[in-house]
Amino acid sequence: MSGVRVLVGTRKGAFILTSDGKRKQWQVDGPHFAGWEIYHMKGSPADPNRIYASQTSSWFGQVIQRSDDGGKTWNPPGTKPEDLVGPDGMPKGTSNMFVYDMSPETGKPLTTHQWYDGTQHPWEFKRVWHLEPSHSDPNTVYAGVEDAAIFRSTDGGASWHELAGLRGHGTGPQWAPGAGGMGLHTILIDLANARRMFVAISAAGVFRTEDGGKSWKAVNRGLKSNYIPDPDAEVGHCVHRIAMHPSRPNVLFMQKHWDVMRSDDAGENWYEISGNLPSDFGFVVDVHAHEPETIYVIPIKSDSEHFPPEGKLRVYRSRTGGNEWEALTKGLPQKDCYVNVLRDAMAVDTLDPCGIYFGTTGGQVYVSPDGGDNWQGIVHDLPAVLSVEVQTLS
Amino acid sequence: MIRVVLPYHLRTIANVGAEVELDVKAPVTTASILDALEARYPMLRGTIRDHVTKQRRPFLRYFACEQDLSLEHPDTPLPDDVARGKDPFIILGSIAGG
Repeated sequence: MSGVRVLVGTRKGAFILTSDGKRKQWQVDGPHFAGWEIYHMKGSPADPNRIYASQTSSWFGQVIQRSDDGGKTWNPPGTKPEDLVGPDGMPKGTSNMFVYDMSPETGKPLTTHQWYDGTQHPWEFKRVWHLEPSHSDPNTVYAGVEDAAIFRSTDGGASWHELAGLRGHGTGPQWAPGAGGMGLHTILIDLANARRMFVAISAAGVFRTEDGGKSWKAVNRGLKSNYIPDPDAEVGHCVHRIAMHPSRPNVLFMQKHWDVMRSDDAGENWYEISGNLPSDFGFVVDVHAHEPETIYVIPIKSDSEHFPPEGKLRVYRSRTGGNEWEALTKGLPQKDCYVNVLRDAMAVDTLDPCGIYFGTTGGQVYVSPDGGDNWQGIVHDLPAVLSVEVQTLS
Repeated sequence: MIRVVLPYHLRTIANVGAEVELDVKAPVTTASILDALEARYPMLRGTIRDHVTKQRRPFLRYFACEQDLSLEHPDTPLPDDVARGKDPFIILGSIAGG
């Protein structure tokens, strides 16, 4: 029987929520890694039992965790007893080693980016924001990190290598951290062509590679950001999230700092689709699993007030690919609600009807088992939710 | 044997109790203890000091014999009571709210 496994990263640990295909009754497992910030967890499409997690702390830095049994047990990759030492006798323990590649063969010099005071600042690794497993190989996984860069592991997370062409794109001096840091938070892999990927960075914008990550092109034409000196600049835009339906890799949707945007040509040109939204500020955007023109956002009042307009938690759905939006409220609090929904905290399953999930900074995780028409809270009192992913299990 | 006390979150990562014992060759220094600790528990690499620069993470301190040794050079020999295993080398996380 089909079912779902929802992977929830929070400020104080990870939780795994499971249900059958009806998505009415839920089991809650956790906290895993209690007390640690879990920025993101994601399962491998090629092996659903393989799950990667980014565990991070201001005290102890970055740890990568991996489960090979669907989240029952976890280990930092490469540190099981049989993996403890390499051929040279030295301990491995490199699963949390994210070092910017400055080697002459494959890397780029350590570039600088714009700092808060306008000066230039060298890249410094802080944490992994997002893990994106390959569609075809359980041992290949990408990591989007702060300060913004993309790393790849081909050994199940035991070691990581930067795809330095992105950081070395040449526009780095114009990238700047937002209030939450300069993170690479979105990685989209084209299902039909794994060498083609999109990444999004706050605050730089969207970049596309056609050669598996060696070279990158900034694809931000049409974005307009009044908080940078040149609102139409090639880079510097605070993109909060981008989403793509796997059947249409040229169509991208974006929740920018302000503005909900769309591109029909793989990011070459963007145009606004905010339409009748009560606010076009927000963090999440996602696409229905079976209807490529049905998209979801959760409007937030403003960049100064990170909570829903009027204290009403409303998911907005467009069935026309944007511009025409309807509020989805059934089962969601419609008064006195002042939570936020962070950029990696929305997901969709692939069941029919499609399930939509999101988590809040108030510790609630909501599900709609019918594409957004009706909502129920799965859990209400978790730590602040940082990320939500869902695996559809056969 | 050298005694090392780990903070709670590092115990859970390494799957050990509050204190571990390590065989460390003389001279016993902060660097040699951390080298031995990371060799025995590779999952702790990068959690106490940076992988490359070997700099102590800013919210951690090293205590022993009622002294804060965090700012000593990592190659400075530690007190005899640590080297003889009488007193533990304590790796401590700073207190903070939130």
